[in-house]
Amino acid sequence: MRLSTIGYCFKQGFLNIWRNKLFSLASVATMAACIFMFGIFFCIVENFQHFVKEAEEGVAVTVLFDEGTGEEEIMELGQELLSRDEVSKVVYVSADEAWKSYQEIYFEGDPEAAEAFLDDNPLANSANLEIYMEDVSLQQNLVDYLESIDIVRKVNKSDMIADMLTGFNRLVSYVSVAVIGLLLAVAVFLISNTVAIGISVRKEEIAIMRLIGAKNSFIKAPFLIEGMVIGIVGAAMPLIALVILYKNLVVYIAEKFNVLTGVMQFLPAGELFQTLIPVGLILGVGIGLFGSVFTMRRHLKV
Amino acid sequence: MIVLDNVSKEYSNGVAAINGINLHIERGEFVFVVGDSGSGKSTLIKLLLKELEPTTGVIRVNGVNLGRMKKRAIPKYRRKIGCVFQDFRLLKDRNVYENVAFAQRVVVTPTREIKKNVPAMLSLVGLAEKYKSYPKQLSGGEQQRVALARALVNSPDILLADEPTGNLDPKTSREIMKLLEEINARGTTVLVVTHDQAIVNTLKKRVIRMQKGIIVEDAKESGYIG
Repeated sequence: MRLSTIGYCFKQGFLNIWRNKLFSLASVATMAACIFMFGIFFCIVENFQHFVKEAEEGVAVTVLFDEGTGEEEIMELGQELLSRDEVSKVVYVSADEAWKSYQEIYFEGDPEAAEAFLDDNPLANSANLEIYMEDVSLQQNLVDYLESIDIVRKVNKSDMIADMLTGFNRLVSYVSVAVIGLLLAVAVFLISNTVAIGISVRKEEIAIMRLIGAKNSFIKAPFLIEGMVIGIVGAAMPLIALVILYKNLVVYIAEKFNVLTGVMQFLPAGELFQTLIPVGLILGVGIGLFGSVFTMRRHLKV
Repeated sequence: MIVLDNVSKEYSNGVAAINGINLHIERGEFVFVVGDSGSGKSTLIKLLLKELEPTTGVIRVNGVNLGRMKKRAIPKYRRKIGCVFQDFRLLKDRNVYENVAFAQRVVVTPTREIKKNVPAMLSLVGLAEKYKSYPKQLSGGEQQRVALARALVNSPDILLADEPTGNLDPKTSREIMKLLEEINARGTTVLVVTHDQAIVNTLKKRVIRMQKGIIVEDAKESGYIG
């Protein structure tokens, strides 16, 4: 295709949008709402996964061993566990360290009570491994494996945190998929209507084009461009709004609820939007093109 | 140039628009096709433009069998055929220049050539001065001239005219026919479908008369058919 022909097709595409202002506006608005909702859910899910990741680092499985199990044996198992994908960190806690930690927690402010034990360590058989998870949803698999090992006496785990985190994550994902799916359908429907009206308005022109010998690609190109432009504009507007909104919201939360900042660290805007912007734009253009192609197949027999 | 061999066209409702016709038109000929409504004249034009497929028979244009033509080759084939219609079929939102340039744009002609060809074609049809006018600002005859300019700007081998004087007064009709004669004199094969007997009588050309889908008379250069 010549440059002047490409320019001509673009001009016709924009003219279609202009001639059909009201429907084009409705399509852009729906597309914007769709991408905006997608962006919000994306921000929530990404940040939530970020929180989960941080929280998971604090969730540990504690493995206690049979009496008489040597430190070397435990360390060997620790090394083996570290090679597993779902494990991020393994910490060996000796019996002495366990007792020291216990004293710090339970005899705080009453060191005499601890001294009553003299050098006798009541937790002599409590040398253990603290295992930190990479992916908390795989905790049960690891626990099952650990319980099958001979030297393991007991495995302490926190199901509640793991279940809650994975459950909530799944809920957010399902809700976002449902809402986005619904909005996508509405956006495709509206773009399809806009393009269909454009086709009916240009029916005579299309008939003349066919008689003169225009190629199918030449007839179709303006409608593809129309869908694509609606998609890009409809995606760009909410993405810009989201960047501004997110930056302000993070600052606002940090200022107003500074108690939370220790618990929750929001993802930096740059990191979040370097994925969201291209994904949002591709989604917008994709929906626009899909709406156009779908409509042309039904209404534009060339 | 145009050969129809035992061609029939039956529509899906069972109506036989054309019934086993044979026709041979030489390169550079000027031919009238006359007949009443429903005689099959317009169907003949649609078959030649490959808008319709014949039910039976073979159509050859420039030696090419249209029945064997691939779908993607149709646009290129149509570029060699110019056509004008009774209702002009101009784009109302574009001026005279843009209407003619549109035909060149569609076949991907470079802009500098369009700028050269369109004024030349408008001069040929006598509308060089009115290149900025919109269709609604023109008379019927002028609109048909624009349609002719658009049909000819891509230098077609054949010009098909379906009732080109149907909406025009006798004087304007004669002017359009004169223009068609000039175009024919330049080497373009012209096929005019009409029921305007007066026009047919004026020009001494070959006349094919159709009735109920068959050719009832083919009078080569006889002019008048009663």
